[in-house]
Amino acid sequence: MSTLWADLGPSLLPAFWVTIKLTIYSAIGAMIFGTILTTMRVSPVKILRTLSTAYINTVRNTPLTLVVLFCSFGLYQNLGLTLAGRESSTFLVDNNFRLAVLGFILYTSTFVAESLRSGINTVHFGQAEAARSLGLGFGATFRSIIFPQAVRAAIVPLGNTLIALTKNTTIASVIGVGEASLLMKATIENHANMLFVVFAIFAVGFMILTLPMGLGLGKLSERLAVKK
Amino acid sequence: MLSGNGQLDANKWTPFINSQTWTTYILPGLWGTLKSAVFSVILALVMGTALGLGRISEIRILRWFCAVIIETFRAIPVLILMIFAYQMFAQYNIVPSSQLAFAAVVFGLTMYNGSVIAEILRSGIASLPKGQKEAAIALGMSSRQTTWSILLPQAVAAMLPALISQMVIALKDSALGYQIGYIEVVRSGIQSASVNRNYLAALFVVALIMIVLNFSLTALASRIERQLRAGRARKNIVAKVPEQPDQGLETKDNVNVDWQDPDYKDLKTPGVQ
Repeated sequence: MSTLWADLGPSLLPAFWVTIKLTIYSAIGAMIFGTILTTMRVSPVKILRTLSTAYINTVRNTPLTLVVLFCSFGLYQNLGLTLAGRESSTFLVDNNFRLAVLGFILYTSTFVAESLRSGINTVHFGQAEAARSLGLGFGATFRSIIFPQAVRAAIVPLGNTLIALTKNTTIASVIGVGEASLLMKATIENHANMLFVVFAIFAVGFMILTLPMGLGLGKLSERLAVKK
Repeated sequence: MLSGNGQLDANKWTPFINSQTWTTYILPGLWGTLKSAVFSVILALVMGTALGLGRISEIRILRWFCAVIIETFRAIPVLILMIFAYQMFAQYNIVPSSQLAFAAVVFGLTMYNGSVIAEILRSGIASLPKGQKEAAIALGMSSRQTTWSILLPQAVAAMLPALISQMVIALKDSALGYQIGYIEVVRSGIQSASVNRNYLAALFVVALIMIVLNFSLTALASRIERQLRAGRARKNIVAKVPEQPDQGLETKDNVNVDWQDPDYKDLKTPGVQ
């Protein structure tokens, strides 16, 4: 037990911190990109609608492992896309981390877009009609009438997307980002006799991350619900 | 920056015209993906039914036990489950070593999807009108009879689209087996790429296979859903599965929709009502 703790203890928090950082950066990026996709999807321009729908249906049906591998093998190793300075001493670590974030953003934004669209579906059509009759164009209608109401209605699905993203960040280990699941893999190999203890530690770690998220977002959605 | 490095050249795609690329790499990988997904969905169905029924059992301790299992396995990443299962199976010699990775993938997918199916089943049964259960008790049926011949059949019919959606999840998540060395379609694609030096092309081909597979399953699910809905409207069946709060990831937890809700809108075909 003590040898396990001596090995695991010092690296446990940093590993989970990487998981948290992956989650936060990806969540922010996915929210921005997802909003753009949603705007395109409800826009009056047909080609934008088609593009956005095609993107969402394509990426959503692709395994996330494949998306992340595509970012590493495809974009970085074959097409030479680098997201960090090559001279930097932490080039590989930074680059892999950012490629993983890119992969998560590409994947999660489709689910964000779906959540936001389900939020838009709850906004009454009369809202848009009223905005039109006041002379607002698509941009103004969407920005100041539809979208604010849609986001408030979509807090729960967005929250579930965030929880799924937190769990999905474990997939970053496929390109060697040192987050929780990579640490677990290494620890479990070195301390095979403590298998169940190691599993319990990481399981509890993820439950500490995800369970309060669900509760907090449930409360938030109640508070922000649009009164009708 | 994205100079291509010749990765988009035509000769990078020609290996996929060669039948050997398919018979040596892609098809065995696809078989691995399908095998693990189908196995785990069947096992998840059994486990989900057991846990779901345990969750509404009259024995309090069993109810608690099932609730804890369901919530735990829904909160843990599937990859963590797989790594754990792989090591556990290896250490205690539970499965032959050639099947280690397969067993670990199936274990991970089963535990997660089983818990989700249990939740779907529970909410399906909980949403049935109270009268169904009361009438069964009034007829003198035991609690087991009530569950098996009154409640479960009504809930299960509505769960069919949900199960197909779980199949999509299982297909996608079986790619996690890549990390524990399971030969599924992503790994076999990468292997063929390392022989032919055409990573980009191989990744595209694998993605295409998965997208076509999952997209057609999703289409099948929504078709069955629409047919069930039409059938129910015809027979005027009162029992229904409630609208679950939208979970964002539409195929994960909120696969049940309430077609009889006056506010229900079919998201995929808004014109058809």
